[in-house]
This record gives sequence, C-alpha cells and structure tokens, in this order.
Amino acid sequence: MKTRNRMMLIVATGLALVSLSAPAQEVTTPASTDATTPSMPGMDHGGMDHGSMQGGSPPPDARDPHAYAGGQDFGPMRLRLADTHNFSSLLVDNLEAVRARGNTAAAYDVQGWYGRTYDRAVLKAEGAVDGGDLEEVRTELLWSHAIAAFWDAQLGVRYDSGEGPDRGWLAVGIQGLAPYWFELDIAAYLGDGGRTALRLDAEYELLLTQRLILQPAIEANFYGERDAERGLGSGLSDLTIGVRLRYEMRREFAPYIGVERTAQYGDTADYTRAAGGDVKTTRFVTGLRLWF
Amino acid sequence: MKRHTQTFRMPPNFPRRRFLQGLAAGGLLLGAAPWLPSGSSRAATGTATGSPQVLSGTEFDLTIAETPVNFTGRPRLATTINGSIPAPTLRWREGDTVTLRVTNRLAVDTSIHWHGIILPYQMDGVPGISFKGIAPGETFVYRFKVAQTGTYWYHSHSGMQEQTGMYGAIVIDPAGGDRIHADREYVVQLSDWTDEDPMQILAKLKARSDYYNFNQPTAVDFFRDVSDVGLTQALAKRRMWNQMRMNPTDLADISSYTYTFLTNGVTPAGNWTALFRPGERIRLRIVNSAAMTFFDVRIPGLTMTVVQADGQNVEPTTVDEIRIGVAETYDVLVTPTDEAHTIFAQSMDRSGYARGSLAVRTGLAAVVPAVDKPEPLTMLDMMGDMGGMDHGAHGGAAMDHGAHGGMAMDHSAHAMGAGAAMGPERVRVRHARTEYGPSVDMRVDTPRTNLDDPGIGLRNNGRRVLTYADLHTIGGPLDPRPAEREIELHLTGNMERYSWSLDGLEFGKSTPVHFRYGEQLRVILVNDTMMTHPMHLHGMWSELESPDGGFQVRKHVINVQPAQRVSFLVHADALGRWAWHCHLLLHMDAGMFREVVVA
Repeated sequence: MKTRNRMMLIVATGLALVSLSAPAQEVTTPASTDATTPSMPGMDHGGMDHGSMQGGSPPPDARDPHAYAGGQDFGPMRLRLADTHNFSSLLVDNLEAVRARGNTAAAYDVQGWYGRTYDRAVLKAEGAVDGGDLEEVRTELLWSHAIAAFWDAQLGVRYDSGEGPDRGWLAVGIQGLAPYWFELDIAAYLGDGGRTALRLDAEYELLLTQRLILQPAIEANFYGERDAERGLGSGLSDLTIGVRLRYEMRREFAPYIGVERTAQYGDTADYTRAAGGDVKTTRFVTGLRLWF
Repeated sequence: MKRHTQTFRMPPNFPRRRFLQGLAAGGLLLGAAPWLPSGSSRAATGTATGSPQVLSGTEFDLTIAETPVNFTGRPRLATTINGSIPAPTLRWREGDTVTLRVTNRLAVDTSIHWHGIILPYQMDGVPGISFKGIAPGETFVYRFKVAQTGTYWYHSHSGMQEQTGMYGAIVIDPAGGDRIHADREYVVQLSDWTDEDPMQILAKLKARSDYYNFNQPTAVDFFRDVSDVGLTQALAKRRMWNQMRMNPTDLADISSYTYTFLTNGVTPAGNWTALFRPGERIRLRIVNSAAMTFFDVRIPGLTMTVVQADGQNVEPTTVDEIRIGVAETYDVLVTPTDEAHTIFAQSMDRSGYARGSLAVRTGLAAVVPAVDKPEPLTMLDMMGDMGGMDHGAHGGAAMDHGAHGGMAMDHSAHAMGAGAAMGPERVRVRHARTEYGPSVDMRVDTPRTNLDDPGIGLRNNGRRVLTYADLHTIGGPLDPRPAEREIELHLTGNMERYSWSLDGLEFGKSTPVHFRYGEQLRVILVNDTMMTHPMHLHGMWSELESPDGGFQVRKHVINVQPAQRVSFLVHADALGRWAWHCHLLLHMDAGMFREVVVA
C-alpha cells in the first residue's frame, strides 16, 4: 500500500474511532460561559451550572430503580405492552432515474428494520442499474443495538455485487443522530484475505417548509488494499456529494429532484481513466422517496 | 330537599356536512334506539352520538360490540358500549351497591375500567393486573359498593379500544343531596377520533416520531426571525434545541392531521348543543376522554366557576379557561348571558378543536374563535428552575424581557411562580441509574415546583387560566398524617425512538412498586421530558402537595408539566395490585407504566 494511502486510512479510521467514542461523551451542556442565553440579553448565566442533560454516566449515588419492589413480584398474570412488541419500517430513501453525460440509469437506496426499540435487524441496500446491468451494489444485513439515546452500534455482513467479482465483508459500525441533527452512518469492514474498508455517510434534512425538504448528503469510501478486479484503489476511493429536494405529498410519498457529484481518487481514478471513464461525474436525479 | 338538577336531553341537530370539521352526524343519532338487547345484530344499525342515554339504578347491562361510525366521510368501525359514542352515562347513588354485567361481543378480549372509582382491585378492570380480561362471548359481572360522589368516567383498558370509542361518563349523586346547586346540568365529554388503526399510528411513530407534527421549525421561520430579532438572536434561540436534538414544537404526538375532536361524540360541524332557559345556572360536567389530547376549554363571553375537580368538591374558583388533561374531570357552573355561547376546546398543539354550544334553542350558534397560534416550548420547559439568579439585582433595565418572544420569563405573571421556584434552595433531584442509557434523551437537574404555571400556550394570554394552585379540596386531606416514607420516580422517554418509561425503564423491564398496606406515602414525580404527562394511579387518591408542603388538592390524575417536580401523598388503604401509568394511551402502551402492589 502506498504510504499516502496508508496514512489516509489511518486518518479515516481515527476519525471513525473518535466518532465511536462520541456517544460516551454526549454532554451537550448549554455553554455556561455565554454572556447571553437565547433571547435573554443581559442575563449572565456564567454562574449557572446547567450540568449535563444528555448522555453521561450515572453518579455513584444514583437511585436504584428497583428499590421500591419490596420483594414483590408480578402476579401470575403478566401484562405485555407494546414495549415488548416488534415493529418494522422500510424506507426507500432514493428510487431515482440518474442522468449523466446523456446516459440514464436507475439507482436505489433502501433502509429497513425489524424489531424492538433497542434491538433490531437492519437491512441497508444501495445500488445502481445501468442498461440492465447491476453496478456498484452494496447490501448489508446488520444487528443494530442501541448504545446511547441517539446512537446504535451495528454488526453484520456486507455483500458487494455488480461489476467485477462479488465481495463479502464483516461489518461493524455506528449509526445515529449527532448534535445539530446530522445523521451519521460510519462502518468499518473486514473482507477475505485481509481486505479492509471504511464508509462514512452523513445527511442533513433542512425543512424549507413543512413539506419541502432539502437533503444534502456526503458519502466517502476508503479501502485498505487495492482491488484491481473491482477497479478500486486503496485509500480514499470515492467521495460523493449531493443534494436532493423533496416534496412530501404524504410522509410516505415524496417526489424529488437532485444533483450529485462523485469524484474518484488514487488508483480508483487511474482504473477509471484507463477504462475510458470519467473520474469526476455530475449526475442529475429525479426520483421518489417512499416509506412503508 | 328538592333536587334542582335535571338532565335535559335534546333532540339532535342536522346541519350540513362539512368535511373538514367532520360530518355533522357521527352515526345514527338519538331516536333510532340503537341500544338493542344483547345478542341482536348491530352492524347495520349504526352508532348513536350526542348526549348518550342515561342509565340509573343499581343493575346495568353493558354490551361491547363493533358498530359503524362516520365522522369524516369515511365509514369506520368503532368499538362501542351499547352502540353509542359516548357510551351511556351511568348514574349511581352514593352508598348503593352496583352490579354491572358486561358482555363482550368483540372478537378480541375487552375490559372496562371505572376511572377514579374506589373499589376492590378485582373490580378495577385492568387485564393482566386486576383480572384476566373479558373473553369474546363472555359476560363479566362487576359488583362493588359506591362510596364517593361526583363526576367520573369509564373506558376500556384493553388494546386501543379506548381510542376507538369505548368511553362513557359516570355521575354519582350524593346520598344526602348535592350541595352544588344548578338549574340544569350536562355532561360535556371531550374526545379524539381517528379513522386510522391506532396500532398503525403507534407503528408510524416508532419509525418517525414527528410524523403528525406539521408545525416544525423551518428555514422560512428562521429567516423571519432573523428579520425580527437579528441573526445572533435567531441562532441563539435555536442553538440549545439543535444541540440537544429536541424539537420545541413537540406539543402533541398526534395532531388533527388524523384526529377529529368530538364533544359528546359530535364533531365541531355537528355543534352539540346544550339548551338552557335565560337566567339559569348550568352545571357542566367536563370530562376529557381523549386518548392523546389535552384540551384548553373556554366559553367566550362567560366565566366558569370550578366546583369539582376529578369528582371531588373544591373551593369554588372562577376562571376563563381550563386546561383539562387526559382523563381529568372538572365540574363548572356557568350562567349564560347571551342566546348562544360556544363551548370551545382547542387542542394543546393548536391543530384543531372540539366545539359545542350553549343555546336557548337548537340551531343557534355563536362565533367560534380561531385557535391560538401554537407557542413553542421555552427554556422553562426544558430546564425547569433556573434559580440562582438574583432577579432583585437586575432592576428593570438589565433584563430586556420585551425581546423574549417565546420565553416565558414574565415575572409579573404565573410562569415563575410566587418566588417558590426562585429561591436559592432548589429541590434535590435523584436520577435513577437507568436514566443514563439509550432509553432517556434528556434529564432535568433543577425542576420547577410551582403549581401556578398554566402551561405552555396559556401563559400571559390575557385570560385567567386554572392551575392546580387554584384548587383546594373542601374538607382537607382524607388522612392528615404526614408521610412515613417517600419514593421518587422520574418520567422519562426518548422521542427519537418513541419510547416512554419511568426511570428509564419501560414496563417490560420494570419491577413492581410496593406500597405497605395502611402507610402514608409521599410520591415524588420529576418530569425529565418536554411533554406534559397526566399520571394516573388506580385505586387510591393522589393528594397533591403545594410547594411548601401543605395539602393542595385531591386528584386521581395529576398533570406533570415539562421539567416540573410534583409530590403527592397516598394513603395506601386499598389492598391488591393496581395500575399506575401516564394516561396518554400511546405513552402507556410504549411502557410508561408500573404495577403497584399494596400488601
């Protein structure tokens, strides 16, 4: 592996590890050093200790929630409420026609889950279909376990198909909602023969009105080793930045338009150039966001 | 002594259909005698709405079945008792032993819980706790002695049947005559109806908890704020909410996007009307039988004199507006002055309203006010008591309250209380160790304890709004002994995951709470969420304490506001197993529930 790419991978893994540790320090203390608090000019909150209202760990003298049981147990009848029921959801985040350089393809991005509040089976599937051929298809099946109020740790498998030989990976990651409502999805992968990969995904939903929503998104893929058969170089392989504007006719049905720009780097770029393709592409998308 | 109260039932109105406000006729109206003897076919006959039949005496037959309704133009099946929404009003007399034979004609189990009624726990009607429920085809016989008076209600405690139409009122007359004198009385039962399957609603909220909120902060709002108060202020106003990933417009989980709000089973377009003769004093027994909706009730042009809260007599207090929480009841006296008045009950999130009229003849209606603009939650609601600020030193100049906008920092009014929340001594709060995990999205370390805050959306609105600080039960506490023991539980939740709990533990992960039989117990509840929760303990009264520790008012439901701490005394004189839960139906089902064992 080239030194430059190795460094990139180390930096990327470091970023991922830092993000992984974010939930443990989820202290969003309103800045007590502010001279002003929202709408209260002149009120010095410097002397106020707001404490940590989110995250953190229990103090040593935290109350035992079972302390009032007094030895009593539930009776022979046991009431079961919806906290022990299974729910499910399937979000087709993107189902779109992609236009680039006069060519039209189709792409999809789907996320679904089944299970209870803190433990779920999760499906993530993303791919493109061009002229009847599957391209760049990534499918993940994960077990998602809540580790903090806004974060889930995920463990499972990833399967890449489409152009080139299929690849299977072990996947471990973290998905959740960061402060300021950034939706993050970060995963590290381990494949056959010591292959490694890292994917970073970030999205933001900006409500222009109650139903008109702007959704910028970034996705970056890194690989530990070159994978010539799939045309992937090591280090940062590709970076996609896009923005979609959707109109929620219903929560379940939202047509959208958008634009995405993908740039390839390192050996990935070299492979693409050698095959006569474009290293940087801009794509216009129109599609539907569906929810079941 | 001659009783002055009468129940006056009026023939129905038939105004024109207006889709947005629901159909006028929610089903077949009175006159079609839908309460056929049990066993007969009902599907074709429709559901009666409007003031329901009154059943009195000591023997009652109630049949639960699915009957068709149509509140919005789309026909649906409701779960009803004796074919009407609301179910028949049960009129009992203090001291009588009542026998209620409840027959289940549904395909699933059912139950009836007598809300606020003191009775043996096996008669309390909570499946899995009091009894195993009433199986399809089965008739269960409830029998208990009535040892209290006032206005109460009854409803299913199975599944989501309370949401789909199983609720009715209970009126208990005092043995020695009612000390409250009125020329005429009406039950005003407020509720929420949805055409959707309530389980589907919960499933949607589990996937997207803001599904029904169409009042979210937008970029348009931001730019409007920037032009109003400048960029720095606009950013500052949003910073804390955005950092915490919490939504200041999260006032109600379910809005009028799916709900039609009903008054005695009648849509706003239907204009349920209470008739009166000029000069009469009318008693309104207001019951909130909604599944998920707080109503802010007022009658423009009239004041209301509150005489009972949760069925218990209180020192009369006159107000313009009452926020009635889910499952609460308030009896008020009004003396109409005009030919017609609107009974206006806007939902807490201001997305809609229930509406009826007080009129001298049918067909009259007064102006229906517009709903107020929804007010976003404030720092007070998020953080509670911001004490430690010496407001005396500020004078008037340093604090520009004019620029507050959404912040309820008007010290002249109720929001900060009469100094109780502002002293240097703030109450000590002990979070459970299970409040630091994925089930809890925020904790309040300095809750407010004052009871005179009318609540979000009602502060400084120019109307006198009822608060718990205004309620004083006549006769004082049932048992004057001080508390021997105290327990503390926190109301918790995670809005993103739509999970609701106590101490961060849903019911499925909890252990029972033991009350020692005969003890005098203090219960402290701290609301670590930004929603108001109507907390209901079955089987025993909750005697709310004032912030200085004295007796305030006896209730069976206590609304705990965001970032508020309340304490109440319970005299644990009812043996058995009892339910204890938030009365917002979906919160209860999501796990905000405990089993109490009195032994």
